Formats: sequence, structure tokens, C-alpha cells
Amino acid sequence: MRTTKEEKLALYKKMLTVRAFEEKTGELFAQNLIPGFIHLSIGEEASSVGTCSVLREDDYVASTHRGHGHLIAKGADPKRMFAELFGRKTGYCKGKGGSMHIADFSLGILGANGVVGGGFPIIIGAGLSIKLRKTGQVGVVFFGDGAANRGTFHEAANMAAIWKLPVIFVCENNLYASTTPAAYSLAGGSIAGRASAYGIPGYVVNGNDILEVRKIVGKAVKQAREGNGPSIVENKTYRFRGHFEGDPQRYRTKNEIEDFKRKHDPIQLFNAALAKEGTLTEKLDKDLRDEVTTLIEEAVRYGQDQPLPQPEEALEDLYTNP
Amino acid sequence: MTERIISCSDALAEALGEEMERDETIFIIGEDLTAHDGIFGQFKGLNARFPGRVIDTPISETCIVGAGVGAALTGMRPLVDLHFADFFPTAMDEITNQTAKIRYMFGGQAKIPIVIWAPDGGGLSAAAQHSQSLESWFIHTPGLKVVVPSEPADVKGLIKSAIRDDNPVVFFQHKKLFAQTGPVPEGEYLIPLGKGDIKRHGTDITIITYSRMTYFCLEAAEQLKKEGIEAEIIDLRTLKPLDFDLIATSIQKTFHALVVHEACLTGGFGAEIAARIGEELFDYLDAPVMRIGAKDVPIPFSPVLERYVLPQVEDVVEGAKRVLNRQP
Repeated sequence: MRTTKEEKLALYKKMLTVRAFEEKTGELFAQNLIPGFIHLSIGEEASSVGTCSVLREDDYVASTHRGHGHLIAKGADPKRMFAELFGRKTGYCKGKGGSMHIADFSLGILGANGVVGGGFPIIIGAGLSIKLRKTGQVGVVFFGDGAANRGTFHEAANMAAIWKLPVIFVCENNLYASTTPAAYSLAGGSIAGRASAYGIPGYVVNGNDILEVRKIVGKAVKQAREGNGPSIVENKTYRFRGHFEGDPQRYRTKNEIEDFKRKHDPIQLFNAALAKEGTLTEKLDKDLRDEVTTLIEEAVRYGQDQPLPQPEEALEDLYTNP
Repeated sequence: MTERIISCSDALAEALGEEMERDETIFIIGEDLTAHDGIFGQFKGLNARFPGRVIDTPISETCIVGAGVGAALTGMRPLVDLHFADFFPTAMDEITNQTAKIRYMFGGQAKIPIVIWAPDGGGLSAAAQHSQSLESWFIHTPGLKVVVPSEPADVKGLIKSAIRDDNPVVFFQHKKLFAQTGPVPEGEYLIPLGKGDIKRHGTDITIITYSRMTYFCLEAAEQLKKEGIEAEIIDLRTLKPLDFDLIATSIQKTFHALVVHEACLTGGFGAEIAARIGEELFDYLDAPVMRIGAKDVPIPFSPVLERYVLPQVEDVVEGAKRVLNRQP
């Protein structure tokens, strides 16, 4: 897959946007300005941005509890996302969802999901619906290494394979399911390797290299769109933050985290590659970072300025009719 | 409209055929659907008439329900056949955490027009894992509607309303009622969800029931009549939304109430109905509300054991007399 200079810069900016959104969210959470549970995707930006960059606007994604990056990458508006994180009336979900439950059905975002492995069955339904409606769309389900051990993964992989559904299973293997290492919990050691059991392609990808993610997910999307069925893509990556904000992280060492940050930061890696080929100058880099900072600051301000819902609005939006 | 005498099973197939003809986004998905038109023959003729719209699945209840949810979110109107209501537990996350919550949790962005259809109930010596009445689980989950019809005409009118509803509906069909016959109008008619029906008028006691127990209560009413007691039988038909107005109107006339269901007594829907009657109609009651339900054990296999555990006609007769303070 060829990627033009302009496309590369747009991808880079999107990655910066995801990172800035996440860093700001962590900051606001630490200041007690955002209630609830927060799971940040810092370190995994190549997977979210790379994957969504090969999708059409009407393609579907099913996201996870660590979903902010997927949403921004698929085109969600950081303003309405922050409004939701602050529990405001004009947030994506009118303050009823919060960080773990943001959706934008108009962008094909079928929702972040608080249940690990909750996205698989939903994407099977979306895939079946695409097939019945003959629209040429595809569906992507993001999931982590932990979700690969849920029964939903296996049921979905089997169903997608027998029906040749236009879906792509995109794993973000960040080595830990909450506190439990994949090295301990994952039989066979490979998620992509499980694809062979279902007779579908499985790819292991350097999930910190956005162009590689784009290339392989692009291939899987093409196959799905042409009616040739599902694939499993395993993006090997790492989360720089804890499972949740406030995670004491006793299951891994500081050295390990620092080592990944130093050697495998997807944004640094892409920055270096773009600088090397002359696409990105220091000046351009600074300009892009400034633009992103402004965009995120405006989004935060917008979110904080929005009205809170009236308490009794808690009773709305359950049914379409009484 | 002309009426014929047909079974619940045929009423279901007829209604679905009419709906699938009308709306091509409707499809049926589940296990073992095409070989025998459903394991109870409940989808007679539909696969032949609508090729590709009756879809056999692997034994994967979680993904079967999930496939319904994902399809409903993206423009389709699925009817998910869960084979037996007893298999609900294998798909509970999809039903209670996903289906029921997606609209609310995402601030009303989505509509989820899905019907999850499941045969329930005992009386067939099918033992503990093929005989349950699990409606309470779903009534206790905001976001779902729950339908429990008894007679064939209600099956037809209610399934059509359920299919057209933009909200998730859990639709139970009692297995012993598949072959139950009754008059069913030909052609188009709808019965709104949330409307109960008085199956027998009476003045002395209100018996509130649903599903197969409706027939047991009607039989009990004939026995009570011989003793000079006229029971009014309310078939709720839908448990959520609940037609409490119908219950209230009847109790304001009879001043006595008995709730009868096949599900086990403790934590059953009868407790909810009795509590609401107590809260809202206390002044109209001449006696405490009583409940009849199955004994609190799994449904056993041997017919003699099963009969003992499930409510019987004589239990209803006796219960009504106790409410009325008559010697049994």
C-alpha cells in the first residue's frame, strides 16, 4: 500500500492527537476532574490510527474499554468526547456512558465496550448485516490479548470463517490482560496463530510501526471487502500506562516500561522515519504539535463549559417508546 | 376477518411469514432452523418461502445473540431463536450487558429492533435444563420487553408487534402450548405490547397469570364456579411493560387477588405484582394477595416428581379458596 507524504503527515498528526487526548485525560483524571474509570491507550497509537486509516467512513468498528484512540482514529470529535468524559449533557452519550461507553453510530463506531471480548459478537452481527444488505462495507473488531481467551473470540472467529464475513479481528497485544501477562495466559503464545484453526489468514504485525499496520490491515480489509472472508491481525504493541489510571503496576518493572518507551514508541519511530526521508522537518513537527495542543485544549474547554444533565434525564433514552 | 382454529406454532409461522413478506430486513437466525423448520416445526414453510433469510448457526449462543444485536444496530430486524430458554445463560452477557444497555448507555443513539424468541416451561419430563421459566431474569433487566403469550391469536398479534418494535423483546413460547389450538383471525392485526387480556370475567377474585398457567387457571375457575365462586382470569400476555391498570380495575371489583405462575415462587414475578398491589391497592383488598408458583427446586425428570413441583389446577383452586377464606 502506497502512502503519500500528505497521508503520512495526516497519520502522524492523528497519532499526536490521540496521544495528546490521552495525556490530557490522564492529567484531568489525576486532578479529580473526570469521574469513573479511565483506560489510556498511550503507546498503541500506531494500531488505532493505522487500522482506521484503511477504512471507509461507513465501515464499522467495535471498540474496547481502551477505546479513545479507536474513536478519534475513526473520526470522532474530541470535543464531544471530552464532554462525555466530564459527564455533560452534550457528550456523545449525554453523560450516560463515560470513558468506557462512547459510540458514534453516524461514523460506524458501534461503541466502546466495558466487557472484555464484548465486541466480537456485535461485529459478527454487523458483518452478517453487511452481507445481507450487500453494501460492500467491512467491520473491524479491536480487542486485546486478554479478550483472545474469551469464548466470544472463538465463537466469532468460527462464525466469521464459515460465513466468510467481511470482518477483521484486530488484536492489540500489549502483553498484559490487566495484570496477567500474555506469556502466562495465552496457550500457544500466538493470537494470529489461532487463525489457522479456523482456516483464515493470521498476521503478526509490528504494531508500533504504523505503515506496517496500514499495509497488513489494508490487505485484510481488501480481502474482506472482496468477499473473501475474515482475517486476524495481531498488532504487537505495549501500553505505556497502567491498565487503568491509578494502577500500581506491580506485575511489571519500571525498567521494562522505560525500555519500551525508549525503543518502541510508535510516535517517535514514525517521527524518526518521516524526518529521515525528509517528510517532516523540526519546524513542521513543532507546528503540528502546536496545532494538536490547541485542538485538545479547545476540546477540554468545550467539554468543561457544557451543561450537566438534569438528574431526571437519567430516566430517558432507555426505550424508543413507552 | 375470518377465524380458523390453528395452533400456536402455526400462528407464529403465519405471523412471521406476513412480516417477512412486508419487510425484507427481517430474518431468523438460530440453531437447526432449516432442516425441520425449527426443532418444534415453529417456522413452517419460512425457509422455502424466504431463502437466505432463515439462517442456521453453529452451536454458539453467545454469538447468535450478538449477531442479532450487531445486525439490529446496522439496519436489520432479526428474530433470534434461542432453541430453549434454558440456554439463555450461555448468552446472558449479550442479552443483559449488551442488548439491554446499548441504547441507554450510548445516550439513545441506537435502536435495537431484535426479538429473542425462546421456548420455555415444563411438563414434558425434559428435566432441569430444558424446563425452566426464566422470565424474571429479564424483567429485572431494564431495557428489555418481555412477552409471555398463551393462546394462538395472541401469539400472532404479539409477535407482529414485537417484530415491529424498535426495542429488544424477549418472547417466550411455552413448549406445551406449541400444539395448543384456538381461533386465530386471518390476515393483519396487531396486539400491542403491554396490554393484558381478561380471559374469563368474574366478580369474586382476580387471578393474575400468564403463559400456560392461563389454561390451568381457566380450568380452576370452572371448578370454583361449581362452588359458587366466580373468578376473573387476567392473562397478562406481556410482563414488561406491565398492564397494571387492568389488574387494578379488576381488583377494585373483586377485592381479592391471586397471582399464578409456573416459575419458582421465590423471587418470581408474582412477588413484584403482589408488592405493587399492596402498595397501590391496599384499601381495596379484603384479604392478603397470595401467590402460586413452582416449588423452589430445579425441575425434576420423573413425571411424578415434576407434577409435584409445578403448580397444578388443584393448587390454583385451593389458593383461590384460601384468599377467599373458604375451607379447602
